[in-house]
Amino acid sequence: MLTALCLTFLVFVMTNLYPNLEKLAKSEGNFRMTDIEVATWLSNNGYRSPLDDQMLADFRAGDITLDEASAQVNTGFDPRLLRNYAEWIGIMPGWTGEDRDGNPTGRCILPGKDAAEAPTFCGILQGHWGFSTVSKAPVSEALGTRMGNTGFLMLCVMLLMVPSALIVGVLAGMREGSPLDRSLSTFSITTTATPEYVSGVLFIAIFTSSAVGLKWFKGTATSAMENATFENFFLPVLTIALYGMGYIARMTRASMAEVMTAQYIRTARLKGVSFPNIVMKHALRNALIAPFTVIMLQFPWLLNGVVIVETLFQYKGVGWELVRAAGNNDIEMLLAISVVSVVVVLVTQLISDIGYVYLNPRISVT
Amino acid sequence: MDPLTWTGGLATVLNPILFLLLPVFAVAMVVRIALSFFEPDTGIQTNPDGTIIATGGIWGLSAKLSNYLGLALLAVVLAYLVVGAALGTGAGIVGAVSRQFLPVWIALVATFVLSIHYKRSLGLYGKLFDSMIGMIGFGLVMFWVYTALFYGLFDWIATHGPLDQASGMKNKVPGTPLRGAEEGEFQWYLLGGDNLARDVFSRVVAGSTIVIAIAPLATLFAFMVGITLGLPAGYYGGRLDTILSFLANLILAFPVILLFYLLVTPEIVATGMPQFMAVVLFIFPLIFSGVLIHSRYRTQPSKDYVYLAIVLVPMALIYLATINQAGSKITFWPLDFFDVPGGILVVFVSVVFVNSPTVYRIVRGLTMDIKTRDYVAAAQTRGERPWYIMLWEILPNARGPLIVDFCLRIGYTTILLGTLGFFGLGLPPESPDWGSTINEGRKLLSIYLHPALPPALSLLSLVLGLNLLADGLREESLRD
Repeated sequence: MLTALCLTFLVFVMTNLYPNLEKLAKSEGNFRMTDIEVATWLSNNGYRSPLDDQMLADFRAGDITLDEASAQVNTGFDPRLLRNYAEWIGIMPGWTGEDRDGNPTGRCILPGKDAAEAPTFCGILQGHWGFSTVSKAPVSEALGTRMGNTGFLMLCVMLLMVPSALIVGVLAGMREGSPLDRSLSTFSITTTATPEYVSGVLFIAIFTSSAVGLKWFKGTATSAMENATFENFFLPVLTIALYGMGYIARMTRASMAEVMTAQYIRTARLKGVSFPNIVMKHALRNALIAPFTVIMLQFPWLLNGVVIVETLFQYKGVGWELVRAAGNNDIEMLLAISVVSVVVVLVTQLISDIGYVYLNPRISVT
Repeated sequence: MDPLTWTGGLATVLNPILFLLLPVFAVAMVVRIALSFFEPDTGIQTNPDGTIIATGGIWGLSAKLSNYLGLALLAVVLAYLVVGAALGTGAGIVGAVSRQFLPVWIALVATFVLSIHYKRSLGLYGKLFDSMIGMIGFGLVMFWVYTALFYGLFDWIATHGPLDQASGMKNKVPGTPLRGAEEGEFQWYLLGGDNLARDVFSRVVAGSTIVIAIAPLATLFAFMVGITLGLPAGYYGGRLDTILSFLANLILAFPVILLFYLLVTPEIVATGMPQFMAVVLFIFPLIFSGVLIHSRYRTQPSKDYVYLAIVLVPMALIYLATINQAGSKITFWPLDFFDVPGGILVVFVSVVFVNSPTVYRIVRGLTMDIKTRDYVAAAQTRGERPWYIMLWEILPNARGPLIVDFCLRIGYTTILLGTLGFFGLGLPPESPDWGSTINEGRKLLSIYLHPALPPALSLLSLVLGLNLLADGLREESLRD
């Protein structure tokens, strides 16, 4: 909880640095705005404290030049930042003001809504996630569909990655040092050494390009958002799954190899239990404790891969949105995304702790 | 000038052998793996008279067969490289590339011969040459290290400048001759031209220098930060530990790419934020070496001051010159004898920043484990100071896992650098580093493969080499 607060505050500070705001103002207003116009726009839209009236009046009257006026604009720390953060959380009333035509504006007044009906408090505590400046829609709406897309992608990745990693690991750890173990270990170490942007590029080159001519799959996953088929969705899933797989497989192999040298396995062998039976009935459950924790802790890592793969395959999920929002300094979208990712990280840590207790009866919560 | 084919003059002799050997070897491996499911647990048996019997029957046969086939395959690949290096462009693209890498081959062979000859007296490094995996990894890593060195220092290996454009070479396939090449200039684009008609091969070679220069150094800095903070956190525990661990977890909970986007954009660079972070992060090596020396020689002040001066004065000079940059927020130091080129400082700082919390957690865990040992208790009873115990008792005993993690982490840093380049962050877009080149190449990937594949494969081989090296080191350090 505290982590999430600190983290979002950091993101808030970083996105509210003056150069970032200047960029935002210029992309929202127009690109030839003067420094004074930028500062005015920012204070009108609630990003910074109002400008000094005396200075503005002097500038309008022509007593000081543009350069002199620009030099007086506060580009450093602004106490307004703290208030804005409190507003975003929802423990301070949202700012209100007037735009040039005298219409009331404010944080809680959405475009096209009546100002009188707007609530006083609107932050994430009230379920109001803010307004995304890039997609021109409320963040919750814009991010919702993206999260659905990413969730589906992650689900497919998990479905592919976990079973295959466990199979590879168990097969390799069954007989340590056998040729099968060597080849599978080489395979898993290669996959951990291949970041998504390398394997993705390789897959696109081999399977989709007209230069090689295989053309088994499609190079983009844009169409997979409405209609995911094997042809357009397998490559992104495979790309993410491969990178995570090697690590899990190596963990599984290590713990399987350790279990296979244990006393009770030797006892079972001496009793004459067949080898497949030993593996399936005696070794497997104990060998799966360690990998389970690893799988859960892989989630934050997967998020990383998701960003790369979604950019590479043009799949419009959270990662794609993150890149777009960060490129355009879409403050509230970035905040929402960081909240989401922190929640994912914390929840997976919790699940891994609980699951560990469940799988290993020697540890009890009491 | 004719375009080069892939293997040139070697095609008639070696290609048929290669294409014959590859499927046979693959089949042999599959058969061997399939057979190993039914193998009896005999393995190598010892006779009472001291001789041994190898595994016999169909299993021994398949093992022998696949081993010999593997050796033959290796020999063919070596033949490509050796004959290629001798013939140069006569042996096609492979030959010409191999000829360009000639200094690297020589240096590699020299390193291996010397190291294997003296391996008994070289400690952990020597033991590396007992494991096949470690040797392969070391070879791959050293290949890129030598390439980076020879290119960075002597400008060898590359055939053209990384930014040179030649007319009519846009997106040309590998082996295309240069139109209107002048005397003394290399006549071909060995791996083709990219979207802006630059030589892909030379850019890959030039990119290796950037990666090899940044990745290990950044990892080293991350280790300095992690060790300097992790040791006291693990040793003292308590509130210090709580605060530091909270901060580390905070950074770790950040999605790395969001962090990069927040740190590396030009707007943030304009605020001088990376420079302030550099001020904080780069002081840790100074603190580390200062405390290291002082805790050891505290009782002999004459030696203490001499050593401290020898180490700290040059380091402080370099530190001040690094953080000080004309035309930015920090310009107070007159003796600014070098400038870190644009973008590299930012990339360096953000990579160190992302890596150090993980190192911190590892060091903290190791310290908490080791501080319960008897020799630490003995040192405490002797009345040694806490920092002496941390740096001269605990740290040397934690070196095994730390060295292994150092290798792995260089690989991870390489991946992070590539990620930065892939998103076009930090380094300038024309920079030849591998991430940026992959990013540039992927846009036309469905039509032209050759600009994106060489940097991708180079990055893959370097990281793979580092992982294998770490594996070999772990195996060998666990053995004693």
